[in-house]
Amino acid sequence: MIALHDYELSAECYKVRLMLGLLGLKWRVVPVDYYPGAEHKTPAFRTLSPLGRIPVLEDDGFTLHEPHAILIYLAGRYDTSDHWSPREPRLAAEVAQWLSFAVDLDASAGAARRADGFFEAVDADAARAEAHRLFRILDEHLWFGERQGRGWLCPAERPTIAEIACFPAVALSEEGGVSRQDYPAIRRWMDRVKRVPGFSVMSGVFPAAPGR
Amino acid sequence: MSGFASPDPVTLNLWHPIAAIGEIPPGKVSATVLLDEPVNFAKVADGEPFVWRARPELRAGDAAPSTRPADALPSLVAYGYLWTSLGTPPEEIFAIPEYAEPDRRNVAAASIGVAVSAPRAIENFLDMGHFPYVHTGILGEQPHTEVKEYDVETSAERDEVLATRCRFFQPMASTVAKGGMEVEYVYRVPHPFCSVLYKSSPLDANRQDVIAIFLQPVGQERIRAHMMLSILDDQNDDTFIRRFQLMVFGQDKPILENQFPKRLPLDPRAETPIRADKSAIAYRRWLSAKGVTYGVIPAAA
Ligand SMILES: [Fe+2]
Repeated sequence: MIALHDYELSAECYKVRLMLGLLGLKWRVVPVDYYPGAEHKTPAFRTLSPLGRIPVLEDDGFTLHEPHAILIYLAGRYDTSDHWSPREPRLAAEVAQWLSFAVDLDASAGAARRADGFFEAVDADAARAEAHRLFRILDEHLWFGERQGRGWLCPAERPTIAEIACFPAVALSEEGGVSRQDYPAIRRWMDRVKRVPGFSVMSGVFPAAPGR
Repeated sequence: MSGFASPDPVTLNLWHPIAAIGEIPPGKVSATVLLDEPVNFAKVADGEPFVWRARPELRAGDAAPSTRPADALPSLVAYGYLWTSLGTPPEEIFAIPEYAEPDRRNVAAASIGVAVSAPRAIENFLDMGHFPYVHTGILGEQPHTEVKEYDVETSAERDEVLATRCRFFQPMASTVAKGGMEVEYVYRVPHPFCSVLYKSSPLDANRQDVIAIFLQPVGQERIRAHMMLSILDDQNDDTFIRRFQLMVFGQDKPILENQFPKRLPLDPRAETPIRADKSAIAYRRWLSAKGVTYGVIPAAA
């Protein structure tokens, strides 16, 4: 059975839980005391994840760390429809572009949340300013997409792992003092993501409002 | 930050929690903020912790002083946490006798930063009405939304608010729950910014699990919420117990941060007479009578 080394309040771990749920997979949680225990920095944990980061996935004797690598693996192995991680070269490259953008979201909106909530030593104000710059870019991209009939980050009929990679840092941004009030297209996109069958919440993320 | 006023004397003279003892890095200066005032703390050579008002020559991460600093603030260790005061604190801190029972698991669950006033967070902690909506499938479940009649008293002798006979149907009351059960709660508020909750143990009908929140007012609208569990659980490790508590608290966090106003209004006209609010009303009156003005909007005189 798939095992996920997981911390409940981690946005990065949430990416993997989302993907597993969307693919209808079952998994076993191995809880990691990330905060306050800093278990991810222990030598024992570093044998699983050399950089000392969560999440870590184990499947059939294969161990993988880094959330986006895990998304690529899970979609590649278990998504029979191929829409989560498309193979068409241009589309695949655009997905990769957004995975990279998601890294920046985690390092800004995500870092502000970790600073405010878990006292991670980062410049929270600088992180918030960068998060707003990225949210502005994201909002604009999504707004123009809607005008062109594109509801997702990449020009595809169905959502891709780009959605899963970007969603958690955006959905939890208010915990880091980054309001989404000025980003209506982001809010509509979040709502679309929440309505994908198999979507799951975590502490701090609410399900889509009923109806509509 | 707004409202950088000096705290009222009651608040100033309280014991305030600042860090879990187990998380103070040995040999190093740590920093936090209490009542808008930067404070530092460290364990000195023999492991004893001390707290002092931050001064520029000794910064977070520096080597800890080898002996007690001359300007050390009052401090004590209780329930797994280090407490200090910026005023003249009472000799003792409120009692949680269960903490000393040998078969209990005492876990300092975590210290989480939340953008809310301490009194608002206490009020939320006392409110059972939010269980089915915020902790769906864990501490509550629709359609079991009714808050049944319960009792509240403010004990003058013990100087605390006490809510008893609180009952609620909970699908997954704790780490050792095997399915849903009606759980009985007792809430104590023995300190303006701390609350201790007793709930029936799924393992032993005659005993109760204890869950406490000790709130450190960083500012009037920002806290560090320190959580302490003293529970009966012979099955799970600390990581699992912490995970459960953090999952629950993580669900409260956005609710707390979206409270408006962020400070707790003490004006009686701000009270709404629904049953779930009975303990909140008693708590607000108790704060008013004490003269606490930090983190609240005092009633107009
Ligand atoms: Fe709650």
